[in-house]
Amino acid sequence: MLPSRFDYHRASSVEEALSLLDDYGEDAKVLAGGQSLIPLMKLRFVSPGHLIDIDPIPGLDGIEEREGSLALGALVRHNQLASSEIITNGYPTLAAAAPQIADPIVRNLGTIGGSLAHADPAGDLGSVMLSMGANVVLRSSSGERVVPIGEFLVDTFTTSITPNELLTEIRIPTPPPRSGGSYLKLERKVGDFATVAVAVTLSLQDGTVGSAGIALTGVGLKNIEAAEAAASLHGTAPTDEAFAEAGRLAAAASNPVTDVRGTDTYKRHMVEVYTRRGLATASAMAAG
Amino acid sequence: MATEAHEDQAEIRGIGHSVKRKEDARFIRGKGNYIDDIHLPGMLYMAILRSPFAHAKLNGIDASRAQAVPGVVAVVTGELMAQHNLAWMPTMSGDTQAVLVTDKVRFQGQEVAAVIAEDPYVAKDAVELIDVDYDALDVVVSPQQALASDAPVIRDEKDGQTDNHIYHWESGDADATDRAFADADRVVSLDTFYPRSHPAPLETCGCIADVDGATGQATIYMTSQAPHAIRTVFALVAGLPEENIRIVSPDLGGGFGNKVPVYPGYVVATAASLLLGRPVKWIEDRSENLISTGFARDFHMHGELALKNDGTMLGLRTSLLADEGAFHADAQPSKFKVGLFHVVTGSYDMSAAHVVADGYYTNKAPGGVAYRCSFRVTEASYLIERLVQNAAYELGMDPADLRKKNFIRKDQFPYETPTGFVYDSGDYHGAMDLALEKIGYAELREEQERKRAEGKLWGIGLASFTEAVGAGPHKDYDILGLKMNDGAELRIHPTGKGILKISSKTQGQGHETTFAQIVAEEIGIQPEDIKVQHGDTDNTPYGLGTYASRSTPTVGAATAMVSRRVIEKARKIAAHLLEVAEEDVEFTRPTFSVRGAPDKAVTIQDVAFAAYTNFPDGMESGLEAAYYYDPPNLTFPFGTYAVAVEVDRETGVWQVTRMVAVDDCGVRINPMIVEGQIHGGLTEGYGIAAMEQITFDETGNCIGSNFIDYLLPTAVETPRFELGETVTPSPHHPIGAKGVGESATVGSPAAYVNAVIDALWPLGVRNIDMPLTSAKVWEAIEAAKAPA
Repeated sequence: MLPSRFDYHRASSVEEALSLLDDYGEDAKVLAGGQSLIPLMKLRFVSPGHLIDIDPIPGLDGIEEREGSLALGALVRHNQLASSEIITNGYPTLAAAAPQIADPIVRNLGTIGGSLAHADPAGDLGSVMLSMGANVVLRSSSGERVVPIGEFLVDTFTTSITPNELLTEIRIPTPPPRSGGSYLKLERKVGDFATVAVAVTLSLQDGTVGSAGIALTGVGLKNIEAAEAAASLHGTAPTDEAFAEAGRLAAAASNPVTDVRGTDTYKRHMVEVYTRRGLATASAMAAG
Repeated sequence: MATEAHEDQAEIRGIGHSVKRKEDARFIRGKGNYIDDIHLPGMLYMAILRSPFAHAKLNGIDASRAQAVPGVVAVVTGELMAQHNLAWMPTMSGDTQAVLVTDKVRFQGQEVAAVIAEDPYVAKDAVELIDVDYDALDVVVSPQQALASDAPVIRDEKDGQTDNHIYHWESGDADATDRAFADADRVVSLDTFYPRSHPAPLETCGCIADVDGATGQATIYMTSQAPHAIRTVFALVAGLPEENIRIVSPDLGGGFGNKVPVYPGYVVATAASLLLGRPVKWIEDRSENLISTGFARDFHMHGELALKNDGTMLGLRTSLLADEGAFHADAQPSKFKVGLFHVVTGSYDMSAAHVVADGYYTNKAPGGVAYRCSFRVTEASYLIERLVQNAAYELGMDPADLRKKNFIRKDQFPYETPTGFVYDSGDYHGAMDLALEKIGYAELREEQERKRAEGKLWGIGLASFTEAVGAGPHKDYDILGLKMNDGAELRIHPTGKGILKISSKTQGQGHETTFAQIVAEEIGIQPEDIKVQHGDTDNTPYGLGTYASRSTPTVGAATAMVSRRVIEKARKIAAHLLEVAEEDVEFTRPTFSVRGAPDKAVTIQDVAFAAYTNFPDGMESGLEAAYYYDPPNLTFPFGTYAVAVEVDRETGVWQVTRMVAVDDCGVRINPMIVEGQIHGGLTEGYGIAAMEQITFDETGNCIGSNFIDYLLPTAVETPRFELGETVTPSPHHPIGAKGVGESATVGSPAAYVNAVIDALWPLGVRNIDMPLTSAKVWEAIEAAKAPA
């Protein structure tokens, strides 16, 4: 497990990181927590010529509510999510997912920006962000743009980030009152990639479903937003029948393949079950 | 210099004491000395190029780009090895195995070439620059494919080999078994596959070969469970004089059978060191370990159990297809082609059994090592325990009752099985009763009825295994002709401390503690005053190593016997010191006293000092002895495991709610270590039942080449274990002990699977092959739902 030769650059500010990206972008990888990148390098699946370490940059690990959104710095560690009161009180989908990400070692070191930028279709945070309608902030030496997560996640291990851009922040709209969330994950063991996982975010308004977001992990080339399933709930009563129908629509939106984790049939079935169960949990939470 | 015996002497912490492990002082401080911790001056590093194909003709190797990399010292190919007659080596089953490829590759991950460099990174970089010209061939990935008449012949280099068949082996009496089946009211059959698993020790394999060109001395540091056997094999393979070979097995980070064989990397590193005159280190990475080193199991099993309607078992028939991979490299005694699988009648009294086995070559890694088990006993135990459970349901009996009705009774021991084992001792009803009591079996069954009425799936599974460990008696057991007997040497120093040198090699079993306790028990010197040395062939007696739960049955016995030899001499010296005749000396450890005058006494420490300072005329000085032990029989540990599970009908996810393990391994030397061994085995058994498997796609690609694909259970998944014990001493072992390291791996998989099948039986599910992933459980439920 020995990686190929590479040059290591330590960035102490966002500006320095962006300048390094300008110099080496095409042949560089940004190193944050290293929990995906380092194993891939040790397996020699990737062999970047340059690593730009953004870990020393101060101020990229903030968790704060600002202008109707939760702003998460790219270097927030997974375990910070799980222990943040802001998140456990107001962002139930994220709070549910955080302790299920990988294993304790990965959660201590891995960052949310790194996880999203890695764009693994089995990654948990992509689905959480899709279900909550998050945006990511991408900076380059020439400016900044804010991109909806659905446009950011393009394909397996592929995002819309350009080689000279750095993901610096994730912004999640603060859910309305009477909201609930759930993240149900089937994994063969702790630390395994999800066989199937379903993120559900839902709010209730006057006894019916106000807004809903459903996204799927591990059942396609990227995290899948089950928009039709979510739309089917708008304005309906939060009943078992409505959740079952949303489950069927979510299963139809999934596109799993048969592998050692299970057949495509099983995975599609699990999307249906977990969507239904997740909606019931989120709805009960929202009804409070 | 006789002294008064101390009345307040500290209790001797011999057998039965949970002494803390002596080795842990260094391990928990990170001060262990593992193979990769060893650095020799001038050391070079080796990396191996492995085949991406499972079956391909080798047209040529161009190493010029690799050779040009600064820091590369040499590139070793099969052609170079062949020039030294080292391109092939013998396996433990008497087959041959390619060291480096000369003609064609036969499994994905096979060793093709090696780079020797000044730096491990350079070696790895250069490996990627070796250009190999292959022509891909059709592949065979199962024994069913291998036996097809048009299957490609994998071992076409062997004279007379025209197909992929390796061996046919039978045990038991076919005619008697036919008669038993003719008398049966009912025959219950089961086809099941015990999947290919891997021992996956957390420390991978590796070596440092240090051949001194001037002296001819070859010192090889190696991750080996069997250093003495390896030394002899090296002498035979490489033609090196055996006295010039020293194998040093340092601290091992687990073995589980994976570190028994000789691997090509060891041979190439040794050859490279010999040719280059410098030490060469080779450390496998995780993927190399999983794709190329000794796998376990991979048995396709068919079993039929003949019964009377009242549940009486009459006979057992089994047939096996063994997937051996590209080279037949099973670790097993020479006489037994499928190890000790013929212990398959297990804990049951039946008159007849017949075992038929056929082994086949496939384009998969070789191995067939006994992964934490005694030579294929795991597969046998699994088959009979699954069959018995299913038989109970088909007869409408409770699985516990059917077992108890057929258990070999306590008064039947020694008991000869229909396949020729003579079980030394047992109390199967006792272990079963305790397990049922501990788990609250009757109440659980009632609870199960209530849960079923609510539509829930609850299951209770049992397994009552019998192990056959401690190979073994020299008349029956050898590996490549080497008898499976082991030795111990004990030397007591003048100050009353001692050193015990043993032929076995700990990989985590706690030998440095346990064997010192045996000495303490026998001669009265505290275990902390006995240093236990092992793993260095220059400094330990000969023996075949540690695997198959054999250390306590063989070396443990040798340790007790050598201690008794030391006491024989000590008694003579005590008589001299006490100025009485030898027959008037009584020994109650640690004190020798005069019969009838107990106040007149000397301690073993006094005697030790006298052995170097004041010994009788005509006696040799010193206090030491050696002993090689030839076991009269194997030992047969047993137990009953009981598991309760809850299955989610909608998802197939199952969870263990209770796990009770009652083990009887005879006398327990260090109960804490025994319980640790059982915990480890139950965890590995759970891993095999629930998640561990190496699979291959149709082109022979190995799926399971890292810990993302090959799953090991963590503390989160692992059930909580509740242990119980009964003690039935082995009647022939000097201290009544039996092996225990592997009982739980052998016995527990069937208990977990039986529990899940128990939950699903009312739905019509009869079998699910391991590992029981939620996906497979769900599919089985769905298939049972579907109209036939």
